[in-house]
Amino acid sequence: MDELRDLNTMPVPSELSNNVFVTTIDRFVSYIYNWGRKRSVWPMMFGLACCAIEMICAAASRFDIARFGSELMRPSPRQADLMIVSGTVTKKMVPQIVRLYNQMPEPKYVISMGACATGGGPFKEGYNVVSGIDKFIPVDVYVPGCPPRPEALLQGLLKLYEKIERQSVRAVPWYQRGESEAIPVPILGPDLIDPRRLPEIRARLAELRARQGSSSESSS
Amino acid sequence: MIYGLGILKGLGVTLKHFIYSYIEDVRYLFEGGRYQPRHLPARQGPRARGVFTVQYPKEKLPLPENFRYIPFLVYDTQENKIKCTSCGICAKVCPPQCIWIVRGTDPSTGRPKPEPEAFYIDATICMSCGFCAEFCPFDAIKMDHNYELSSYERYESLLFDLPRLLKPDTYHAQIHPSDWARELAEKEAEKAKKGEKAAAHTSA
Amino acid sequence: MTAPTKAKAVPRAELKGDLAVLKEKFGDAVQPAEYEGVVIANDVLLEAARFIRDELGYRYLSSLTAVDYIQEGYFEVVYHAYRLEGGGPLVFKARTPRDVATVPSLVSVWPGADFQEREAWDLMGIRFAGHPNLKRILLWEGFHGHPLRKDWKEPYYEEEHKPFSSRWPSGHHIRAEDRVFWHDNVQYPLDWDPDQVEDTSDELLYIGMGQFARAETGELVEPKSLRTERLVVNMGPQHPSTHGVFRMVVTLDGETIVRLEPVMGYLHRNHEKIGERNMYLQNMPYTDRLDYICSMSNNLGYAIAVEKLLGIRPPERAEYLRVIMAEFTRIVNHLWAIGFLLNDLGAFFTPALYAIEERELILDLFEEAAGSRMMCNYMRFGGVAHDVSDDWIARAKELVYNRLPRAIEELDRYLTHNELIKARCQGVGVLPPDLAVAYSTAGPVLRASGIPYDVRRAEPYSIYDRFDFDVAVRYNGDVYDRYLIRIDEMWQSLRILRQALDQIPKGEIQAGKKQYMIRVPAGQAYGRVENPKGELGFYIVSDGSPNPYRYHIRAPSFINLTALNEMCKGHKVADVVVILGSIDIVLGEVDR
Repeated sequence: MDELRDLNTMPVPSELSNNVFVTTIDRFVSYIYNWGRKRSVWPMMFGLACCAIEMICAAASRFDIARFGSELMRPSPRQADLMIVSGTVTKKMVPQIVRLYNQMPEPKYVISMGACATGGGPFKEGYNVVSGIDKFIPVDVYVPGCPPRPEALLQGLLKLYEKIERQSVRAVPWYQRGESEAIPVPILGPDLIDPRRLPEIRARLAELRARQGSSSESSS
Repeated sequence: MIYGLGILKGLGVTLKHFIYSYIEDVRYLFEGGRYQPRHLPARQGPRARGVFTVQYPKEKLPLPENFRYIPFLVYDTQENKIKCTSCGICAKVCPPQCIWIVRGTDPSTGRPKPEPEAFYIDATICMSCGFCAEFCPFDAIKMDHNYELSSYERYESLLFDLPRLLKPDTYHAQIHPSDWARELAEKEAEKAKKGEKAAAHTSA
Repeated sequence: MTAPTKAKAVPRAELKGDLAVLKEKFGDAVQPAEYEGVVIANDVLLEAARFIRDELGYRYLSSLTAVDYIQEGYFEVVYHAYRLEGGGPLVFKARTPRDVATVPSLVSVWPGADFQEREAWDLMGIRFAGHPNLKRILLWEGFHGHPLRKDWKEPYYEEEHKPFSSRWPSGHHIRAEDRVFWHDNVQYPLDWDPDQVEDTSDELLYIGMGQFARAETGELVEPKSLRTERLVVNMGPQHPSTHGVFRMVVTLDGETIVRLEPVMGYLHRNHEKIGERNMYLQNMPYTDRLDYICSMSNNLGYAIAVEKLLGIRPPERAEYLRVIMAEFTRIVNHLWAIGFLLNDLGAFFTPALYAIEERELILDLFEEAAGSRMMCNYMRFGGVAHDVSDDWIARAKELVYNRLPRAIEELDRYLTHNELIKARCQGVGVLPPDLAVAYSTAGPVLRASGIPYDVRRAEPYSIYDRFDFDVAVRYNGDVYDRYLIRIDEMWQSLRILRQALDQIPKGEIQAGKKQYMIRVPAGQAYGRVENPKGELGFYIVSDGSPNPYRYHIRAPSFINLTALNEMCKGHKVADVVVILGSIDIVLGEVDR
């Protein structure tokens, strides 16, 4: 019943809303398509920190993620649908995470597990900690907690199912024309460098230098 | 020494685990089946044999009173006010400093009044250590048991502000029964003390 | 800048015992230090270290760390050496002016100083003259500055000490990103050219490995008809067998390992820098996240270190609770370690599942007592956070007397005599006893090599001297023995638990009033406990303020890795995974 109710609330692209026939077909196909894949989301076997231990517990017999069809942890990103970012993302690690994300085939989803991956967590003030993985890769579901209980992770997974259910075959980006763009891999320089932010960094550095120069001139 | 004996023994252990799960089923057969809610504590306890799975989300593990997740603020339903006096101890003791408090001011006098004007807890920083609840002198902030907080975005829904943080004291009493009983007893004792004082005052 | 009120007025105690011997031998080059130990002049440091090791018998270098005394203008490197027969430490220090920042390396005396010196170079910027491979270890080559120096500020720097004044009374929520100039947790030096962006750290690493291989080629006899080349293989940081974000770069000759270099820092969470901003109590929940499988024993180690400075002891019942929690933690950890060692061997997940089942039951106890499954945050200075009910004790007894012995026996039956496990583990990754000591390994790794060294016996803390238990020891030093010793230790933990659960008295659980802002008298303390993974030490320098002036963690997983190269040499690449599993590392502790 739940599935059917969600079917009615599925968003329809505006240009199709008048076309009853196409919409019905689209809904039907999407329903089958989403029903098929939502119960077989394979996570990547990828743990970062404390939350990874709770993730393993969720995969063990007591909480048993297999009941949701996600027990196949794939060590290779090529075979995974879901990346559970479970733990503190450090600057040294983030290039590898982005690389792994780029290597995952579409459709791909990201669950940010725990406070650290979501927003830096208790270690946010640290000099080597990235303030949330969503600064680099798109995140679908955030699970707060430090660490989240295994049940909380399962709830996050259910939330992801809801998101998958609402996707329409016609609108999903991976069936559009052209290739989807890879996320530029961050670089480790004197500090972490996001290549997308390079122009901004250049401008700010120039601003800072100008400020420094004027202050030293005025002082001398 | 016979080769393969160790492996056979190991396989025996695996087989035993496999069979135990079914034996458990049989044990609960005449008690309405294994997955009755009333069997949950026994099924999850140290006497359970075989694999034991919590059928989340259909059933949930009972949480102990001490369990801590994200803090909440207690709203006193009897006196209709927020228990917090915005003394700031929770914000000071918070290890990752994820609590922000704006102390309220009385609009007529402009002086600070013991009530928070705004209260923020950033759930993307909170480390669920429970210090705020432990050191609050007014029993105004407590640790919540609700762990089903996942969301699709983090800026709006994971920054908990005052309306979101406030929960009635009935909820607090429900999840922390012994803590609540202690609070009530303390209240009673204080009342009795006050009564005594007042009585002494009037008699004098 | 904060003034380390290093009480200059502290009377320099007369040197006694071994320190007096040291003074006699080296004369003026050895001076008494402020609170404990001696300061040894840099030019005789190496000689003195050899004397301490060989003549005085302090063969085990437990901890090496550095403190930045910015007011006085020097760095101090602090060494803690122990005798294997037990007893207290010999503390000696070396000083170097801040602008020179060079001390002689002690790697030639204690190879176990290797990683610790690299860490001191990385985070404090002290060069160790004569170190064979002085590279950054936790951060990457090219990172600007040395973060643990007192004049280095992180991008989100707000104030020198917590609590931050922006939180109350007018604490309008503002994200750290929105507050700082760069709008992110980054900062770039002014003289840096963003157009010259190039990440060369990996290349440097690989080239280094290659050169080493070439330099060694001459030593090996290669068949003339067949030209072979060394191969550099990278494992991790995303690899299912590295127990987290650990990375190894391996030089292979065919399939045989010639050299292995661990690369870490992928989980470097700046524990020590954050710890120096935190008030003493605020560090307690952070210690949970060091070795996140054994949070209870981390709590214990930190509490003991601070209690040493405070000069207080918890009440009786709290002591018992501490021991009970610490020993349960040991069982949790060893179950986990054995489960995942078998995972690494290829017995995919079944042993781990059985182990996790038992662990869950212990975690239920932790959750009821402390409030969280993993991040217990249970110990307080002079006590514990919550009392436990009689029902809890009864359940713990049920576990200790019934369930856990059965489970451990089952694991034993399942695994110990399995021929495949024997074939894969026996004689693999052998660490001889003299090397185990030289590399400062600790815990099961050291004891599996035939050195019966256990802090619970060597320098008893809490109330461990009351319990009847044996220090488990095995003599072959291979992976199999490291597996067996964990089984042995679980039995010993059960023994302790039985005694503790039967004897636990009623009473208070907290000495004095619980305070959130404690004043710790100025001083230095090194508190150490026998963690499931080895000796966990906390070195704390207090200047009398509510925050520690220096907060250093001697992490057993980190230092045990020093011996990894030695253990892996000559083995096949598939064995590396097993050897690493047998050391049992947790990255939260390795990288901190």
